[in-house]
Amino acid sequence: MSNTNSQTPIPGTIMFDGEMAIKGYALNKMCYSFNQAAAREEFLRDQEAYMEKFGLNEQQKAAVRSKIVLDLINAGGNIYYLAKLAGIFGLNMQDIGAQQSGMSLDEFKQKLLHAGD
Amino acid sequence: MAKIVGGLTTSHIPAVGNAIANELFDDPYWKPFFDAYPPAREWLDEVKPDIAVVIYNDHGLNFFLDKMPTFSIGAAGQYRNDDEGWGIPTIAPFEGDARFSWHLINSLVSDEFDIASCQEMLVDHGFTVPMQMYWPDYASSGIRTVPVCINTVQHPIASPSRCYKLGQAIGRAIESYPEDLKVVIVGTGGLSHQLDGQRAGFINKEFDLLCMEKIVDDPEYFMDMSIHELVRQAGAQGAEFILWLTMRGALTGKVKKLHGNYHIPISNTGAGMLVLENS
Repeated sequence: MSNTNSQTPIPGTIMFDGEMAIKGYALNKMCYSFNQAAAREEFLRDQEAYMEKFGLNEQQKAAVRSKIVLDLINAGGNIYYLAKLAGIFGLNMQDIGAQQSGMSLDEFKQKLLHAGD
Repeated sequence: MAKIVGGLTTSHIPAVGNAIANELFDDPYWKPFFDAYPPAREWLDEVKPDIAVVIYNDHGLNFFLDKMPTFSIGAAGQYRNDDEGWGIPTIAPFEGDARFSWHLINSLVSDEFDIASCQEMLVDHGFTVPMQMYWPDYASSGIRTVPVCINTVQHPIASPSRCYKLGQAIGRAIESYPEDLKVVIVGTGGLSHQLDGQRAGFINKEFDLLCMEKIVDDPEYFMDMSIHELVRQAGAQGAEFILWLTMRGALTGKVKKLHGNYHIPISNTGAGMLVLENS
């Protein structure tokens, strides 16, 4: 049995499997580099050059420029590594969650609070 | 011989690391979460475990997709935390016990669990937050640690039953260690949450409460569950429940729940904790 997107789809969910790992390798490798403060600074100094250094494709570059998380995921981004990129843009997990689910931050927070009802 | 005195579980949300750094213990948002832990720490003060075997998942600090072991175990004298890239403060290193780690690795591999051994291993919030919650003075308390890291970053992810069996093998390994040590197993992460996709913000209280109940007396309830089904019920990152099941597998004796707490939400997560005595 495989654990891939070929199984019954779960709406709003992309399983990060081998296919996605191949697709997103350059993007994820760049994001992993952001564990280092020097790398974050280098990226902020010249984003285009930094993306080029890691060999991002056009889809990935466009997704980074747009800061749209769903586009980053579709370009092969893994959420754990993308979190490091989002951090550079000052976005935390709740900001990212709101953006992906199409809600304002307040609406998203309210939704989480109501999950406890 | 070494003895397993119990199991602890706790969510390991990074925001908790920041809340600890900012001492938000009495803040109205955080209080219902933090208030659950002092009774657990009292129990630990009483039992005084020598070693904590911490079952956790790395979120992109130590491992990248270039090399991603399904199961890996630290075999170092010390484990450092480091910058994760988005602002959680780096905290003091954790003491290890390399000889004890190698005993686990030897025993597990001969028990047909093929482990990646790591003489250097950076530990991220998945490990550090639970340690801070249960041993706020870990640096001076003398507690030694063994990080057991299970991949949840990319599929295929080991199934609930595989992880439970790994836990059972960890239990056998610990109980065959010749020194008289007291060992506690920490299962971290969960409960339901999803960070990625349009389904971000998904929480399933009903399933979380079922997990909190079944893991005490009926962990085999989950043995036929696939990762796919676990993701459906608990969210993409709720698959971390396999880490709780690994912990539970290691408790081979009579298991009694001493403390428990469930609180929604902490950040995007249903936060659960349990203290289980193993006798």
